[in-house]
Amino acid sequence: MSVAIRVIPCLDVDAGRVVKGVNFENLNDAGDPVELARRYGNSGADELVFLDITASSSNRETTYEMIRKTADELFIPLTVGGGVRSVSDVDQLLRAGADKIGINTAGIANPELISDSAKRFGDQCIVISVDVRRNQDSPSGFEATTHGGRNSSGRDALEWIIEAAERGAGEVLLNSMDADGTKNGYDLELISAVRSAVEIPVIASGGAGKLSDFAPAVKAGANAVLAASVFHFNEISIQEVKDELARSGQEVR
Amino acid sequence: MTSVVILDYGSGNVRSAQRAVETTGAKVSISADFDEALEADALLVPGVGAFAACMQGIKNVRGDQIIGRRLAGGRPVLGICVGMQVLFEKSTEHSGDGFLEGLNEWPGTVEKLVAPVLPHMGWNNVAPATNSKMFSGVETERFYFVHSYASRKWELDPHEMLAAPKVSWANHGEDFVAAVENGPLWATQFHPEKSGEAGLTLLANWIAAIK
Repeated sequence: MSVAIRVIPCLDVDAGRVVKGVNFENLNDAGDPVELARRYGNSGADELVFLDITASSSNRETTYEMIRKTADELFIPLTVGGGVRSVSDVDQLLRAGADKIGINTAGIANPELISDSAKRFGDQCIVISVDVRRNQDSPSGFEATTHGGRNSSGRDALEWIIEAAERGAGEVLLNSMDADGTKNGYDLELISAVRSAVEIPVIASGGAGKLSDFAPAVKAGANAVLAASVFHFNEISIQEVKDELARSGQEVR
Repeated sequence: MTSVVILDYGSGNVRSAQRAVETTGAKVSISADFDEALEADALLVPGVGAFAACMQGIKNVRGDQIIGRRLAGGRPVLGICVGMQVLFEKSTEHSGDGFLEGLNEWPGTVEKLVAPVLPHMGWNNVAPATNSKMFSGVETERFYFVHSYASRKWELDPHEMLAAPKVSWANHGEDFVAAVENGPLWATQFHPEKSGEAGLTLLANWIAAIK
């Protein structure tokens, strides 16, 4: 027996509301993060990720309030990412009830943010979130992008992930910008390259479209599989993913 | 109603621990007050982050004395994650060639696990001790772990005059101590407050064992 492969739904939230429509039956309020978190918690999700896409920093308080309400009812780990720029942001999100904090763009601009946060709050709560795009000019063939894939960071993705792990990140959330939204499956080469480069757990993200997409990601080296729309639109259930992974010989909860 | 204090010494997210213990029906407060922590029916010692920081935080609120006096009086204490690790004699975490001292309730050294993927993060099985009260009803469930260090041996010598501690094990790369029931002192390397229904049942077992 060993640690189970985690299946993780990701919810996009804007000013405390879930956006990009979630389509379950019998939902009172499809935008209510607390109701959706409860629904996922009861349906076997191993963790939950909130990606805060709130543009205005003046709305941060609504984010904290949303996390507080969710954490009060959810007894599985909660990761919050998006717009985390300072150690003080990390502190406030943890205090609100988040267990792990995803650091993305701001970490590339200021790598000390990762070291400082890991030192203060522990390696286990810092997730380095990387939006990766294939680029032949980058040494590994993969480049780290910023601002949700809109900008090139000029950094090689593998080099950056290795540095972030050395600085104390406890996990890597690997978003393939090439696969994201295609529903053609995860970027297996990317997962495999990162798995060989670092010892921290790898969460595969981007590209899940059908049930048979999940097991290959795990075979390539993912310790967890994350998806958004296929879960939200009820195309695939968490339990179906787990059954499929179990059939392929993986351990699941 | 059973009263529980969560020792507030600056350790990460204690809010979820409070909510989780509250589901058992206990009255839970987060406090660093010496008398309140002594007087509560049960004390929960959380712990996330580095061993040295947790030890320092515990000492800053005289948590070492609180835990010691409670145990001397047979009063329940539950350590979670690093709150369990500090109960051992020492740790090698970020200690260079030396050791960091723990509270020394139990002999043994907390060391880095040897495993292909670290931290050990996620839901894993536990092999519960025979007649475990802690795992009653959740013997086959998985619990949520997140740590790189653990005690890989149980070194407390048995004594015919003392009830044998119940030691439960898990495996990530190698076997390590996942939980201990030692009279009034209980501890888990995993996070029951993050382990869904199974974790809530385990916390209810803890509260039920307090009489």
